Amino acid sequence: MSRGKTFKGGIYPACHKELSSGKAILTMALPKEVVVPLQQHIGAPCSPLVKKGDIVNKGQKIGDSEAFISAPIHAPVSGVVKAVEARLHPSGCKTQAIVIENDGEERLDSSVAPKGDLEALDAGTIKEIIREAGIVGLGGAAFPTHVKLAPPPDKKIDVLIINGCECEPYLTCDHRLMLEQSEQLVYGTRAIMKALGIDKAFIGIEDNKLDAIAAMEKAVAQYSGIQVVALRTKYPQGAEKQLILAITGKEVPVGGLPMDIGIEVNNVGTAVAVATAIQTGIPLIERIITVSGEGVREPQNLLVRIGTSFNDALEAAGGLNGTPKKVIMGGPLTGLTQFDLSVPIVKGTSGIVVFNTLKTATHPEPCIRCGRCVDVCPQYLVPTNIAQYVDANMLDAAAEWGLLNCCECGCCSYVCPANRFLVQSLKLGKEEVRAERSKQTS
Amino acid sequence: MENNTLAPDTRLVLSTGPHVSDQESISGIMYGVVIALLPALAASIYFFRFRALWLVAVTVGACVLTELIFQKVRGKPITIYDGSAIVTGLLLAFNLPPTLPWWMAAVGGVVAITLGKQVFGGLGHNPFNPALVGRAFLLAAFPAPMITWTRPIDGIATVTPLVQLQMGRITSTYWDMFIGNIGGCLGETSALAILIGGAYLLYKNYIDWRIPVSYLGTVGIIALILGQNPVFHWLAGGLLLGAFFMATDMVTTPITHRGKWLFGIGAGIILMVIRLWGGYPEGVSYSILLMNGLTPLLNRITRPRPYGEVEIHA
Repeated sequence: MSRGKTFKGGIYPACHKELSSGKAILTMALPKEVVVPLQQHIGAPCSPLVKKGDIVNKGQKIGDSEAFISAPIHAPVSGVVKAVEARLHPSGCKTQAIVIENDGEERLDSSVAPKGDLEALDAGTIKEIIREAGIVGLGGAAFPTHVKLAPPPDKKIDVLIINGCECEPYLTCDHRLMLEQSEQLVYGTRAIMKALGIDKAFIGIEDNKLDAIAAMEKAVAQYSGIQVVALRTKYPQGAEKQLILAITGKEVPVGGLPMDIGIEVNNVGTAVAVATAIQTGIPLIERIITVSGEGVREPQNLLVRIGTSFNDALEAAGGLNGTPKKVIMGGPLTGLTQFDLSVPIVKGTSGIVVFNTLKTATHPEPCIRCGRCVDVCPQYLVPTNIAQYVDANMLDAAAEWGLLNCCECGCCSYVCPANRFLVQSLKLGKEEVRAERSKQTS
Repeated sequence: MENNTLAPDTRLVLSTGPHVSDQESISGIMYGVVIALLPALAASIYFFRFRALWLVAVTVGACVLTELIFQKVRGKPITIYDGSAIVTGLLLAFNLPPTLPWWMAAVGGVVAITLGKQVFGGLGHNPFNPALVGRAFLLAAFPAPMITWTRPIDGIATVTPLVQLQMGRITSTYWDMFIGNIGGCLGETSALAILIGGAYLLYKNYIDWRIPVSYLGTVGIIALILGQNPVFHWLAGGLLLGAFFMATDMVTTPITHRGKWLFGIGAGIILMVIRLWGGYPEGVSYSILLMNGLTPLLNRITRPRPYGEVEIHA
């Protein structure tokens, strides 16, 4: 068996993608109500542009911010603004959100119009279209895309990597997107390349999705600057730094960004959102999510409007199958657990995974120094030592051993035979070191 | 807010990721090591008959019982079911001559668990390999019975191949040494049985290959340089048992890859110095114990280079 390119370390968790990988993307019935948080991205929250009682059109901008690192939000449906109030967000906090009652008319806003031929658009215009469409990274991090496309003048980007790895177990939305929307994906890739002024792009796909690799190779055949790269199926192959290493052999410097070595990474869903924004003018008001896990009756890949509740999406996947124990937004390695299923799907929601049993132990045992965490750490750290320093509140020692290099992928906790909370301690330690440092500088 | 999907009394578990694990456990690893020791146990029972079985029972019993009493007295959680005390007992027995009086073996087990393990805080905190601490204690306390060797099966007094080397006349054949038809400790005689167990440990990923390779490799290279036969040094004494089962003990050996290489190289050098120029014919125990002592230092000086700590070419 030929093995694709990869990085050092990592784990091979059971992928369970067969639950939904064969299911075509299903357009979900329109929800009666959507809850659109003003903060769905990394950066400054939006200020509402509408108030209670306003009538809004589908695609109308309903929130925006003056800040550079932010992304506007749009009405996913046409209808009436029922409230602008604090609502529970899948991050676990209450944040301001715009609640819209759907009138079912799908009345398109007058601002929504095709932006014309890609060849005729210049880089600045494309970046403006992307910003105005509220596009953020759809892999989960939700970093505003237009910010990544505008590096400071001293950084020159020369390679674009489109991330189609989808290395988290259960999730198949990117897989289906590559199969069913490969033309738009290539269009979006070309648009981002044009916005960056570059002529070289890679599309990285794990080799458990051979059909997606074939579909994408066919779609890029006529574009010599875009190359599909098969990557080994290994978690976290889709983590930005590991993806860059596998494809280019380069490492992103500590504390730096991919742009420091001339690279830009975008998720496949982001590229399709860019294509949609140019081809139809429709901003980011819907996305594909995977609803899966043994706690779901009929796992699905759903095309959903932003703001649809988890409850509605679960119903569209046949409802719950038994009593859930954990409901995870995202994949089971890095996803966020939920306690109230009325929370809305946001731009960064790649999936909903429902477990009926706990699949991790709750009581840690002493470290036996087996070194498995060292073997799997894709950042080449010694997680058990750093975790022990953090637990003993020795933050300087933890930082010296590379605490801040931790990418929080969770491989160390996954393999630990003593069930120690390694990545959990490291996450906590990172927060504490950052808080300490910001205290010192202020 | 209406929550139409969840039954009202459903309580969802909140935690940070990861939400899945590979389901391995400490006891799984320990019992895996016990399984890997079974071929050597079977060989020792074949060659040394009832004596072997009796000594193994005494040391395992002494180790488990000592751990139980220690933890009861100190009011700590009882961990005798994790299998680690059984592994210590087995390895200790494998490091004893078959004629050793049973009560000495029991003393060795008590020392291994108390001074070797529990005084440091139990599993995971001991700097030295507990079974080797027990053996080193017995060697110091009862030197004569600890170096009294008998021939397999008939039990007639004999000497080990390494003593033959010291005396300048090797009479054991390589075939005898390979299958274990030689004088020596219970578990160290049969190279074949140890290699089967070692292969199982490697296959199950319970040990890292770097230490056996660097330990055996260093011994072989030194032997070659000094004009001796590396195969003799590999098969003689407790080297294979040590290389696969004791120098690979997770708790007391380095956690980093480069640290593992250095551990094996260092142990190989110490072993050959003891074998060729030392007063003892055999030095596996001390080579590993001395390197155990260096393990924290090795870990510190071999910290891996984190991803991204690279020269930036502007």
